[in-house]
Amino acid sequence: MTARIVLLHLAVLLLLFALQFIASDYVILTLTRIMVLAVYASGYNLLFGYSGLLSLGHAMFFATGLYAAAIGTTRAGLSVPEAFLAATLIGVVVSSIMGVIVLRARGVGFMIVTLMFSQAAFLTVLYFGDYTRGDEGIVILDTIRIFSFLGRTIDLTDPLLRYNLALALLAILVALILVLVRSRFGHVLVAIRENEDRTAMLGYDVARYKFIAFVISGTLSAVSGATYALMFAYAGSTLASIQYSIHPLLWTLLGGASTTLGPMLGTGVMFLLVDFASGFTNVSLLITGAVLIALVLFFPKGILGSIRQRYLKWLP
Amino acid sequence: MTAILETRGLSRNFGGLKAVTDVDFTLEAGEIRAVIGPNGAGKTTFVGLISGRVAPSAGTILFEGADISHLPAFRRVRLGIAYTFQITSIYAKLTVAENVDLASHQRGTTDTRSCLEQVGLGDRASQVAGTLAYGHQRLLEVAMGLALRPKLLILDEPTQGLSDGEIDNFIELVRTLSKRATVLLIEHNMPVVMSLAHRITVLDRGSILAEGTPEAIRANPAVQAAYLGTADA
Repeated sequence: MTARIVLLHLAVLLLLFALQFIASDYVILTLTRIMVLAVYASGYNLLFGYSGLLSLGHAMFFATGLYAAAIGTTRAGLSVPEAFLAATLIGVVVSSIMGVIVLRARGVGFMIVTLMFSQAAFLTVLYFGDYTRGDEGIVILDTIRIFSFLGRTIDLTDPLLRYNLALALLAILVALILVLVRSRFGHVLVAIRENEDRTAMLGYDVARYKFIAFVISGTLSAVSGATYALMFAYAGSTLASIQYSIHPLLWTLLGGASTTLGPMLGTGVMFLLVDFASGFTNVSLLITGAVLIALVLFFPKGILGSIRQRYLKWLP
Repeated sequence: MTAILETRGLSRNFGGLKAVTDVDFTLEAGEIRAVIGPNGAGKTTFVGLISGRVAPSAGTILFEGADISHLPAFRRVRLGIAYTFQITSIYAKLTVAENVDLASHQRGTTDTRSCLEQVGLGDRASQVAGTLAYGHQRLLEVAMGLALRPKLLILDEPTQGLSDGEIDNFIELVRTLSKRATVLLIEHNMPVVMSLAHRITVLDRGSILAEGTPEAIRANPAVQAAYLGTADA
């Protein structure tokens, strides 16, 4: 059982590794983007899929990482690894503070409060346009993105290197999520999702579990944001907008909430869809909305969720 | 005998409604105590106050001599107060064993198997809990309570919805349990109360109306009046 699960995840990562030898430049770039954003989606899934907390404001954490990395490298003079580390730490701090506040709300209240704070964060980005450069965004120069690390020169403008770094990050994430959701901690999160009152009356400190899940989820979103900024050399306010709060929800629902690989698959499939649609229309948001409605109506468990329900019961 | 639980002046208002008013209550270690009373007498609020699901408006609750009035529910569970819900509250999508695992893991034990066997669900461990018959779901609730290794087990209307045969088994089960834990039983079913309880506390409109042995309570005119109405009412 366990061997089967580990093998499946290894196979997915190996497949992604092998793809770089046959894929075109365009596919490589798209896959890199998908893998980086899959980290975001997976972090979101930990909170939404496993703990049952629907946040409509995760863009604030993505943007936290994004701007911490971008401002860190362009204004604070940090190197890329330093900026990445700083962004991660700031992600921990911001999601801890937000967690203390927003977890006081439950259900619909939680959705509204997260949405509110996220919009406030978005407006803050615009307000401090001198630092964030608002809509126009921050561009991280190539001179910063080519740096030496542990005696080696790392060139983040090299697509293949970027691809493999993103893959390494994804591999770490997959291992982390797999261990988390199969641990007792993960089981308690599911218990909270299924029946919060009962879980409290079994002696679990529900508030603490939710807080930890929230901080991990927010931090992974910040890590994804920081990676995005550093790899693609750009941080703009669109990436802090409500769209980017809805995206991880959509990706997770599409691939399958509370499955380990679902968010990754969902991110990929959604990219393909939008890519395909942009061939003949420029209203990709319309596609996004249509997919979301179709999912909720006809496919509430998502791709992997449905596969698990019908065929592969062991799927984690 | 020593008191395992004591409440002093315990009250809870919901707005203007006084659900529990100034209750002084003592529970001896090892006894089976039934709390009865007409609908709306405040029974569920009263045990809610003890288990920590409801915060008191006034008064104190002592458990083994320590003040627990302001402890959150999960801490009280860890001290040894287990509560089984009036409305069956299990994890319907998890298996029977996974349900009980969540309780035993919290205590750091591996009691799941033996708890399921004690309530007679030993052969249903891998069944999905939501597909159990209602009576079995009630038993699963009790198994989860047992896995918490409670000192005080609060059963909120445990026989509601059970068949007569199931009720007989349940009475036996509670008798066995009471050798290891004090039992506080809220129950409407009078035969169950009369055959199990060492002592009975009668609540009416949020206050204690009477307290005593089953025989004394049965003979008490005030209790009869509360349940049946008086001749001149």
